[in-house]
Amino acid sequence: MTFETALKQLEAIVKEMESGDLTLEQALKKYETGIEKVRYCMQILDSTEKKITQLTRDLDGSVTEVPFDHE
Amino acid sequence: MAEHKTNHIYSVSHLTREIKTLLEDRFPFVWVTGEISNYAAPASGHSYFSLKDAGAVISCVMFKNQKRALKFSLENGLKIMGLARLTLYEPRGNYQLIFEHIAPEGAGALQKAFEQLKKKLDDEGLFDAVHKQPLPFLPQKISVITSGTGAAVRDIIHIALRRFPGCCLQIFPVSVQGDQAGNEVVYAINTVNLQKKADVIILARGGGSLEDLAAFNSEPVARAVFASRIPVITGIGHETDVTIADFVADVRAPTPSAAAELVLPEKARLVRHITDMHLSLSTAMTQKLGFFHQKVDDLHSRLKSPAQVMANFKQNLETCCFRMLHSLNRRLFHGRDKLSWISQALLGAAPGVCIQKRQVADLHKNMAFAMKSRLEGHTNQISQAAASLAALNPTSVLERGYSIARTVPDQKVILDAKTVAIQDPVEIILSKGRILTRVEKKTHGKNDI
Repeated sequence: MTFETALKQLEAIVKEMESGDLTLEQALKKYETGIEKVRYCMQILDSTEKKITQLTRDLDGSVTEVPFDHE
Repeated sequence: MAEHKTNHIYSVSHLTREIKTLLEDRFPFVWVTGEISNYAAPASGHSYFSLKDAGAVISCVMFKNQKRALKFSLENGLKIMGLARLTLYEPRGNYQLIFEHIAPEGAGALQKAFEQLKKKLDDEGLFDAVHKQPLPFLPQKISVITSGTGAAVRDIIHIALRRFPGCCLQIFPVSVQGDQAGNEVVYAINTVNLQKKADVIILARGGGSLEDLAAFNSEPVARAVFASRIPVITGIGHETDVTIADFVADVRAPTPSAAAELVLPEKARLVRHITDMHLSLSTAMTQKLGFFHQKVDDLHSRLKSPAQVMANFKQNLETCCFRMLHSLNRRLFHGRDKLSWISQALLGAAPGVCIQKRQVADLHKNMAFAMKSRLEGHTNQISQAAASLAALNPTSVLERGYSIARTVPDQKVILDAKTVAIQDPVEIILSKGRILTRVEKKTHGKNDI
């Protein structure tokens, strides 16, 4: 699942929860799913590779990825 | 000089006309290059300006009809090359160039090539909206194809790290101008597509002249951008620079920095948004639970045990019983009351009955009394009679020594001696027993005893 999909689902769940037409079971289920989505989204936000790389072409034509010094 | 006819005198108009003819014959059409100055465009729609270079200046005009064909606007300082007729404006006596066509100097060929390629690719549908891919909402890896040393790459890295600390950038350094630039850009786009690691490509370059941007106006680059399965966003030159690559790209950003901003969401805002939703979720859940809690409590308090239900029924029943009895009693009471009242009324209404009843009672009493006294009288009489009778009883006479003589067989009491004859049988009844005898003698009279 993409971050965007998860975020949209989370938004929909919050909206549903706030509308207040759910049964308790539905609400509990939605809540659980919602919390899962929160964790999922936060995990994606924090789990990007945190690096900047540079692609270089070697003499034989192969491409290698090396850290990029941007400072 | 001496050959000139010094004695011939021209009028001003004549001379001017001669010069005009001379000029127009000598320079029917000329290509001329220079820089525009004193540009003026009055309401007539024609353009008046001077064309100058380091050493001279010529008045120029371009009429409205010719201006329509221009793909750029004339302005002071613009270096142009154009086709013009040289003429002389007689009322003022000055000559001027009337331009038929103007192109920016030097850029003419490139501009033309640009327009041609743009039209060709447009006709092929490479710019159509249906081919535009959406940018990923949150790219996991961004491939940046640009010069490895220019300001563009620094701007992109700066903006990217500011908006999304920890984002993943992959820099693909290429030449962005020169003969090899186009090839390198095409190679870079293809390589990134083959690697399939990045989910968006930023194709960027700092500002420059039309010649500088040539690679981004080339057909191979345009086709490579179009063929890329990974969405491509361009950030080429300044706000006003538009390249063919911009038209083909899925998204066009005006500058490299703007491209970085469009590609990456603000991490802090996202985190805040998610945190807010987390809070909303918890709040909603807490409210929901509270609501149901209250509801259950409420229902619980309203839930009745069978015993309670029975007790209620019993109470109801008792109440009904009581009310029934009470109402019955009240009815009876009222009935009785009414009856007594009515009887009173009745009695009051019929006094005759009452009196007669009393009379009857009195008469009854009198009658009883009379009857009783009469009975008593008679009883006395009877007692007296009985006593008399007892005194007169023959038996008692017999006991006192008297006897009764009767004839036989007639059994008649013999009160007179004459009734019997001598020798007649006579029966004498004594106090005790009887004697049968015969008359022997008889005397008459009473004192004969």
